[in-house]
Amino acid sequence: MKIFMAQDLLRANTGMAKRNKREFAHYNNLVINLISSPGAGKTTLLEKTLDFLSPQLKIAVIEGDIYTSRDGERLEKKGIEVVQINTAGACHLDAGMVAGVLKVLPLDKIDIIFIENLGNLVCPAEFDLGEDIKVVLLSVSEGSDKPAKYPLAFRQSRACVINKLDLIDYTDFDLERVSGEIKDINGSIEIFSLSAVKGEGLGEWCNWLKKMRNRKKISATV
Amino acid sequence: MHEFALVKGLLEAVLEGARAHGIKRVEKIKVVVGELTAVNSEALEFSFQVLSRETPAGGAVLQVEKKKIQLKCEKCHRVYFPQGLKFNCPGCGGRNTEIIKGRELFVDYFEGK
Repeated sequence: MKIFMAQDLLRANTGMAKRNKREFAHYNNLVINLISSPGAGKTTLLEKTLDFLSPQLKIAVIEGDIYTSRDGERLEKKGIEVVQINTAGACHLDAGMVAGVLKVLPLDKIDIIFIENLGNLVCPAEFDLGEDIKVVLLSVSEGSDKPAKYPLAFRQSRACVINKLDLIDYTDFDLERVSGEIKDINGSIEIFSLSAVKGEGLGEWCNWLKKMRNRKKISATV
Repeated sequence: MHEFALVKGLLEAVLEGARAHGIKRVEKIKVVVGELTAVNSEALEFSFQVLSRETPAGGAVLQVEKKKIQLKCEKCHRVYFPQGLKFNCPGCGGRNTEIIKGRELFVDYFEGK
């Protein structure tokens, strides 16, 4: 007997992501899922972004890590709400893990939630968490071939941050070529080149975040 | 290796379907995987072999059908298969595109007795 199913393999995750999305919409939180390979500078970018945006905006971070809470501890020093998820070996966050920690966050008092995904450009691109926006981060020291090797992460993201611009002269990273390749995969993506450590280009990125936040607020009141 | 997580979902769905139809032995499962998914077919098959052991789907053939990426230009509405990772419209050069095919990730059917 042949049984036709047409069943989505990500159905359980997609259902949970929709529930998270409704929860975030209810509290009007802008939620950003930050994806990169290990060492691209997600935590440093968040530290510097927090310096720029808080206290005007109330920010929380959901911190994904395989085993440690080191990144979470760094961010807690900024005086914001941080909630840690340890995946104990799993290579990505899924919507169920995020749902599990939402009750510990004061969602009604938060403007922006950053979800720092695990350092991995493959699996996180496939699992929606209920976020408004995915942002993919890559750094110039990783080489120029990341968009070609991990097209899904770049296709699914609303913005791409190219980090460690201060190191570009020490690498063979071709900013123009890589930006072009990213645009070939995703024509509507916003690209921000910056150095989180030195602060160069950070203003544009943070202004875009503010714009996204305002847009969400307006769409919620309409 | 998120393929393990995907295969867990696959097995749950197939075994539930098998129970509902009184199927004792699943012999073949066909899944459809788009090229624009982060899924590796070998990892999918390996995960399936490991996780299906000692279930009614143990030893079943997992057939993976791959779907090419197909896009639609938002400007001129042309539908096309892109060359490599150049997703731009070959007609008008438009960069904003909608994915028509390539994101599939589903169980099409299974067979058994």
